[in-house]
Amino acid sequence: MSSIHVQTTINGDAAEFLCEPRQSLLEALRDILRLTGTKEGCNDGNCGACTVEMDGRIVPACLVLGAEAEGAEILTVEGIARGGALDAVQRAFLEGAALQCGVCTPGFIVAAKALLDLNADPTEAEIRLWLANNLCRCTGYDKIVRSVQAAAANRREEAAT
Amino acid sequence: MTTSTLDPARGAGDGEAPSRNGSGTPRDYEPNMVLATRHFDVVGTRPVRHDGADKVTGRAMYGADLTLPDTLHGAVLRSPHAHARILSVETSKALAMPGVRAVVTADDLPPAEDKLVDVGEGDTRLAYVHGNILASGKTLYQGHAVAAVAARNAHIAEQAAAAIEVEYEPLDSSMTAPEAMADGAELLHPDLCTREFGKPTETPSNVAEHFQWSLGDVEEGFRQSSVVKEATFDTATVHQGYIEPHNVTALWNHDGRLHIWCSTQGAFVVRDVTAKVLEIPVSNIKVTPMEIGGGFGGKIPVYLEPVAALLSRKTGRPVKIVMTREDVLTATGPTAGSHVTVKIGASADGKLRAMEATLAYEAGAYPGSFVVPGGMCVFAAYDCANVSVDCYDVVVNKPSSAAYRAPGAPQAAFATEQVIDDIARELGLDPVELRLRNRAREGSRRVDGPKYRRIGCEQVLRAVQDHPHYSAPLGGPNRGRGVAVGFWFNVGLESSCTLHVSADGNVHLVEGSTDIGGTRTSIAMQAAEVLGVSAGAILPEVVDTDSVGFTSVTGGSRTTFATGWAAHDAAQKIVAEMRSRAAKLWGVEPDAVEHCKGVYSCNGNSISFRDLAANASRTGGPISATATAKPRGVGGSFSANIVDVEVDPETGKVSILRFTAVQDVGKAVHPSYVEGQMQGGSVQGIGWALNEEYFMGADGRMQNSTLLDYRMPTSLDLPMIDTCIVEVANPGHPFGVRGVGEANIVPPPAAIANAVRDAVGVRMRRLPMSPPAVWAAVSEASASGD
Repeated sequence: MSSIHVQTTINGDAAEFLCEPRQSLLEALRDILRLTGTKEGCNDGNCGACTVEMDGRIVPACLVLGAEAEGAEILTVEGIARGGALDAVQRAFLEGAALQCGVCTPGFIVAAKALLDLNADPTEAEIRLWLANNLCRCTGYDKIVRSVQAAAANRREEAAT
Repeated sequence: MTTSTLDPARGAGDGEAPSRNGSGTPRDYEPNMVLATRHFDVVGTRPVRHDGADKVTGRAMYGADLTLPDTLHGAVLRSPHAHARILSVETSKALAMPGVRAVVTADDLPPAEDKLVDVGEGDTRLAYVHGNILASGKTLYQGHAVAAVAARNAHIAEQAAAAIEVEYEPLDSSMTAPEAMADGAELLHPDLCTREFGKPTETPSNVAEHFQWSLGDVEEGFRQSSVVKEATFDTATVHQGYIEPHNVTALWNHDGRLHIWCSTQGAFVVRDVTAKVLEIPVSNIKVTPMEIGGGFGGKIPVYLEPVAALLSRKTGRPVKIVMTREDVLTATGPTAGSHVTVKIGASADGKLRAMEATLAYEAGAYPGSFVVPGGMCVFAAYDCANVSVDCYDVVVNKPSSAAYRAPGAPQAAFATEQVIDDIARELGLDPVELRLRNRAREGSRRVDGPKYRRIGCEQVLRAVQDHPHYSAPLGGPNRGRGVAVGFWFNVGLESSCTLHVSADGNVHLVEGSTDIGGTRTSIAMQAAEVLGVSAGAILPEVVDTDSVGFTSVTGGSRTTFATGWAAHDAAQKIVAEMRSRAAKLWGVEPDAVEHCKGVYSCNGNSISFRDLAANASRTGGPISATATAKPRGVGGSFSANIVDVEVDPETGKVSILRFTAVQDVGKAVHPSYVEGQMQGGSVQGIGWALNEEYFMGADGRMQNSTLLDYRMPTSLDLPMIDTCIVEVANPGHPFGVRGVGEANIVPPPAAIANAVRDAVGVRMRRLPMSPPAVWAAVSEASASGD
């Protein structure tokens, strides 16, 4: 099987890789580029652990082919903290104890940040709907939802000052 | 209740979250309250967890994230049949494929000696462990491992596994305990004979064990009763549902040592079981526990490690295997489906006079269904003079069942708590009042023998009664409220911990308990409390089996309790050492040096822990201490729920409107993570109650082996989960800790069933209470003119 040459942008940096036509973006990230922060929980789009942002939309990386990343802008959990500082969502997850085992956390962080980029003041119902494709088996979601609310409030406060 | 200090949770949104169900009423109380009874400096506070930054940035290394240089990738061939004889296994085509390096089958395992092996939370026959790792002679469930391949990459390995030719002769299968117990049922293990009341018999059967516990005289108790209620309940097989699939990398090195990296709740269990299965000395194996992406009991059994080890031995290279989600659902985990009959009698004054239960649990393919703890817990919340409990451990053609958070107890509580609810209704008593009148208390004897020491059953029930939720209006048709109580006994087992004091005054804490939900921090906080330093001054690390003393599984709600105890004891040794170092500086006897909150003093001199650490080199050299613990003072935990539901009579859908979890935790070391345990356990219980089940086809194959169709709760299915932490200190622990991980999953299915009964008048005796099941029950009730 001949490999495909893919040129893409990951977390703001130009990246290129060779992948097989059958390899997913998740495999490309994890196995080829060694960006293992994006997790695999089901490999069929139902758990959200591999959520990444692709051209401004969140997608499960397991349902995107590596070859489809050609020319795209990809944001993974590794690109959320910038310049040595954690993002408001990451800080809120730490302060709000919104993680237990932590394996779903990268997907939640990417998804929650994307929500707050679109909607600075989401309601609880909007947060729950947005995160409904991200499964967490440890927390019961309570502290995740509260932490997203807290992150939104912190971002609004920072924007106001 | 003792002093009620309301200690609101931190974080924005508390107390202000609008109800998503449209009522829009602001809450008149804190959603997370702590009824604290003892106060400490560090224990009971909420520091950011030590491993947090790694986990929000994607840096934390889970097993599947590790790829060693020169790694081969493995795949496992699994049985498509629920029950079949293996007539032949032909591997030559697979081996001939380009990129394939090795194949293993059961023939590569040394023959299993007839002996018992400790598999983490009890003993089982080595032959069963062997049989589950790689099937020999027969496959006993769909998903049963038959062979495995190592290849250049995972895709080639999968294709090669599919190219292994296995000839099967399908056999009849049994999917539930009643089917497997029926006359003429096909036997899973022709040599399995029922142990009856602890004695071996010579009758081959699918019933591995039958035993009975009793107290008093139940017949007499039922004669004294004016109300007797009896019903039979069934619960479906459900899975622990951790998000991270099982994974392993094994390297059988050329020096004869085997190194395993994996996702496990017990690195030492993996080491010890792998050593027994492969017949090599334990000290030849080093297990490095990677970060673990959830377990809930399901990551105690050993599945992949010996297989990867054998493939590594054959190839001389590291071999990595990661399960697919379908592998996880069809070949690991599930907890026992159950068939339980409960009969309870009460006199008109609301006193329980007799309690009788028969529990038949599905062990899956090999004996060991956790029916024992089911029997221990079935009436554990009640003080009753006349009790009888019969337990049956039944093998069926499903995956070998594994522990799942308070294993065995939710199924039992689902039955008991509904019958108790019926008795309260018949007697016209408040359901919490009925439970309070009959509550288990200090000195009550549980049916399996032990007498309770100090327990918090009463305090938990009173906290339910006092909670604003319990008296809040329901506000609408088809709405109902239910309560239930549950118990888990918790375990102690064995732990080790070492502390190393750094010259800068920080302390490295080395321990062997897999951290699934923040236990690094709850253990470190106990050391910090003793040393009088901040939680952040302790740097905890979970290390491999070569680098720390033996430590039992992270399970049984034991880690914060027992490994925390080892950390406490190690810290006490450091304090003693620091006193002698200060004594040396001042030329006094160590006994003359006092220690208070990290400051050492004598005769007007004083020095801080940090300064003593800086002076270690001048006062005698490095300062380290190790302690091991095998604590006996385990304190059981009671948990109760108040739940409001709304039932849609058109569709049968049950919506959770409001949910409050109350639990006696002894002492909440880190209240945020204690709340997290209570919320997580509650939501697993909600999933068990409403959605989750294995759909088994007529062919014995699982029909819903994806996370779309095996329907676990999402954020959209739930309201906030309110918590009330009750602290009735465990006298058997230095800080009063009981253990918090499990009891919270016990009451939800029963509490929800009681709420459904309250809402629409139907009694749901089968889990899950899925929309079709509830719709059918409501329709039937209205057709019969109820």
